[in-house]
Amino acid sequence: MDTRKEKFPYGIPGHNLGEIEREIPMEEPPVWPVNDELKVIGKRVKRIDALEKVTGKAIYTSDIKLPGMLYAKMLRSNVPHATISSIDVSKASSLPGVHAIHLIENAPKEGGDGGTNTYPMVKYVGQPLGGVAAESLEIAKEAVSLIKVNYEKKPFVIDMESAMEINAPIVFDAPITQQQDGGDVGETHDGSKGEGNVRGPSTSSFFGGPRGNLEEGFNEADVIVERTYRTQVHTHMPLETHGVVVDWGADVMTVYASTQNTAAVRNEMASVFNLPKSKVRVICEFMGGGFGAKHSAGSFGPMAANLAKKTGRPVWLMLDRKEEHLAEGNRPNSIQYLKIGAKKDGTLTGIQQRSHGTAGVGLGAGVGRIAQILYPCPNFATEQYDVLTNAGPGAAWRAPGNVQGAFGLEQAIDEMAEKLDLDPLRYRDRIDTSEVRKVERQRGAELFGWSRRQPPGSSTGVVKKGLGVGQSTWPRFVTLDSSVEIKIHKGGGVEIRSSVQDIGTGTKTIIAQVVAEELGLQVKDIKVNIGDTFFPVGPGSGGSVVTGSITPPTRNAAFEAKMALLKLVAKKWETDSSELYVEDGQVGHKANADLKMSFKEATKLMRTSQISKIASRSDDYGGFQQPWGLAYGDLGSVQFAEVSVNTETGFVKVDRIVAAHSCGRPLNIGQLESQINGGVIQGVSYALYENRVMDNGTGHMMNANIDQYKVPFSMEIPEIETIIVEEYSGRSSTDAYGIGEPANIATAAAIANAVYNAIGVRLYEIPITPSSILKALRNVS
Amino acid sequence: MEKKDQDPESKSAKNISRRGFIRGAGLSTAGSVLLSSNVLAFDYREHPAKGKEFGPGAMTIKMKVNGITKSISVEPRTTLAAALRDHLGLTGTKVVCDRGACSACTVYLDGKPVNSCIMSALDVGDKEVTTIEGIAKNGELHPVQEAFIEHDASQCGYCTPGMVMSCVHLVENNPNPNLEDVKDATRGNLCRCGTYPHVFKATLEAAKKMI
Repeated sequence: MDTRKEKFPYGIPGHNLGEIEREIPMEEPPVWPVNDELKVIGKRVKRIDALEKVTGKAIYTSDIKLPGMLYAKMLRSNVPHATISSIDVSKASSLPGVHAIHLIENAPKEGGDGGTNTYPMVKYVGQPLGGVAAESLEIAKEAVSLIKVNYEKKPFVIDMESAMEINAPIVFDAPITQQQDGGDVGETHDGSKGEGNVRGPSTSSFFGGPRGNLEEGFNEADVIVERTYRTQVHTHMPLETHGVVVDWGADVMTVYASTQNTAAVRNEMASVFNLPKSKVRVICEFMGGGFGAKHSAGSFGPMAANLAKKTGRPVWLMLDRKEEHLAEGNRPNSIQYLKIGAKKDGTLTGIQQRSHGTAGVGLGAGVGRIAQILYPCPNFATEQYDVLTNAGPGAAWRAPGNVQGAFGLEQAIDEMAEKLDLDPLRYRDRIDTSEVRKVERQRGAELFGWSRRQPPGSSTGVVKKGLGVGQSTWPRFVTLDSSVEIKIHKGGGVEIRSSVQDIGTGTKTIIAQVVAEELGLQVKDIKVNIGDTFFPVGPGSGGSVVTGSITPPTRNAAFEAKMALLKLVAKKWETDSSELYVEDGQVGHKANADLKMSFKEATKLMRTSQISKIASRSDDYGGFQQPWGLAYGDLGSVQFAEVSVNTETGFVKVDRIVAAHSCGRPLNIGQLESQINGGVIQGVSYALYENRVMDNGTGHMMNANIDQYKVPFSMEIPEIETIIVEEYSGRSSTDAYGIGEPANIATAAAIANAVYNAIGVRLYEIPITPSSILKALRNVS
Repeated sequence: MEKKDQDPESKSAKNISRRGFIRGAGLSTAGSVLLSSNVLAFDYREHPAKGKEFGPGAMTIKMKVNGITKSISVEPRTTLAAALRDHLGLTGTKVVCDRGACSACTVYLDGKPVNSCIMSALDVGDKEVTTIEGIAKNGELHPVQEAFIEHDASQCGYCTPGMVMSCVHLVENNPNPNLEDVKDATRGNLCRCGTYPHVFKATLEAAKKMI
């Protein structure tokens, strides 16, 4: 038999915890009980690399300095749409200290959209055109400023609604395909359908296509809510910009990259330079934030490699803050039309969604699947359009699509509740079938004090208080191509290897926890070496896939290594390895308390200097919804917001957020709180502050810096309380999933609903600014 | 709170600091671009020695950093952040905005926080520089660093050195800070991962332990 049956904890402790029998692969470890009965898992374990971070010793890509290293700077377009007639590099190349200049040229014979021109057509301000490698960054910058690009300018369009007009300048007159790291995760947007700059629509997802009959659904409805919602473009702005250091040796190209996907960068670089994957090594030990934008080698990766090739020296190429804003990703905007119908008792009869969004020159501006799946509704249809504009390409950002979609849907649901004369939370109790969100609503409402909520607009005084709620769902995605190697060294020492990277979420620490739990050791005993493509391949840090993808193979590898070690001990004690256990750094015998040996002593029985085991991710126990790794269950969350709105100045302050979340089996409470705090704060920022401001007349971004690109600093941080609901479903050897995306989805909707509760006027557009509040208030008085 | 304006010479009109200019510029933009004059670091105005001309070539200067005086050869256009990172290998100091708006590059000059990304290396003179690498003494972490580890106050960690510098300065100068004091001390520090709540908690705990 290749499988065996085991009973797994199933459900939510304190609510409906039971058991479920699963058939699991014979070689996988026995079931873990709930977290209360574990020693390391589910606890507040300190981040294992925190010491390096608080002392400044953590080396990020931007900190790398190699012998003979040159500094590079990219040349970028400063017009939004043009063909390039010539580029004069003579002054730059004669500048002392300049070692090489590389210009991006059209591939021979290809021509592409650039026709017969040497250089690609310029489609947005900030498009990469070339690069310079020099002795210092200052010299490289100076050299770039000396390069003269001669443009033949073409008409352009920046603003999305203008781009949708019939006579608008055309951004691409050919079908385009979605870039690899673009937009809405798991969805393919067809750039060949549609007319002019409007491409699409996308009408289905991996959860299926349209359902039922909308017309009949709306005919059955007693109440209809029909609204249009608008969200802005905003940019990721990770503190460490995109970039690489490329050291192209005689045998191997080593790429130090600030990336959330070492394996993808390796694959891209190997492909661009026609190298076997074995000859490209991508390393990322520490990286300064990504939030979805750092899955690719971009154009800076190949640029640094070309400059390294030309000079024979290592090349450092990190972007500056402006380049980061212009060219390295943004969350597309949206104009969403939403129509919802319900019967008197609240039963949903129809949901219709139509959205337009621009990811600039990219695709992927869909608004996700949240309207399709958050609440059961027999009749549903969506049309999601991408609008091309002459602006930097969008990129995935924390729950791509769903954040925009939730802003619309969760306000519409609130409005429906009001029309039905129901409390918004009670209405969700009625239409939401998710068990975990039910528990989150109960526990969240109690902690938050939802019962304090007053009717909309009833708060008196200049500063009005309001309470609101928003819900979300995110699929449990799993990357099947996820592997881990464990080495137990003779004489002690346990090492983990995988190409998976830690983008700041604490991946290193949860891996160490899983191994420590399995081997009966302490977290400090485990050395985690990850972020290196010379190690077994791990997932990219996107879509909240990492925890669910990498921790089961980690535990499985640790289990296999443990069993190999225990066999040696069993032989010595003349017993069976199934009689042995490990705990608190000791190997013991279940039936004979006299038989004890330290883990370290046990490793001395090894015939070889190390036991090495590699395990990969098997399918979820009970299978997947989709065989490519769409797991069963979801990552449901409910967030509550309390706001103060100053009706004289229009300033909105978020006073408090209660965020109730689930992620299967929680692994590290402190790190989960950190990540939820981060998702909430980015949600506050999305709701109230940040906005890419474009000049429609020139195509330039007006606030491509940090001082004018407003995001929350300490003074704008609300009090945040988190509730983490344990939810067991017996799907893998760890039964754990991530929290990165869920943390960011519901916040803006909860804030918008709270603002409505405070002032009695609903805002359908973010960011909600003092100006928009004052305009809205004048409308009522 | 200490006076922000440290230099009596800075009253003259010609000394409009680059950051001062940026602060003004920030007010004039539209839409959702709000006030962002939340940088705490003290204003050290530029006042190069009169009558001397430097550059454009490199020159050798001495700089006392974390208690050790070193000679480095820098061009006059070199910022203090670049001198620390590229010439002295002290890469704990991070450059994020490169214009004095995010405090990731915070170091101390004679004990006062400054933004090293908008300060000329030549203007350091005989003042002593303290970087994040100089906060732990004799292998012992500062209580703020201990508390950052304990309360998970770093995520990606790129803002962390600047955060630690701001919070250490607070607790060293205010033995009994409250939450508002911590927010005030970090009001110039940008963190994109959202570590603020844990930074606040850690700093308050550290201050308690130091009493």
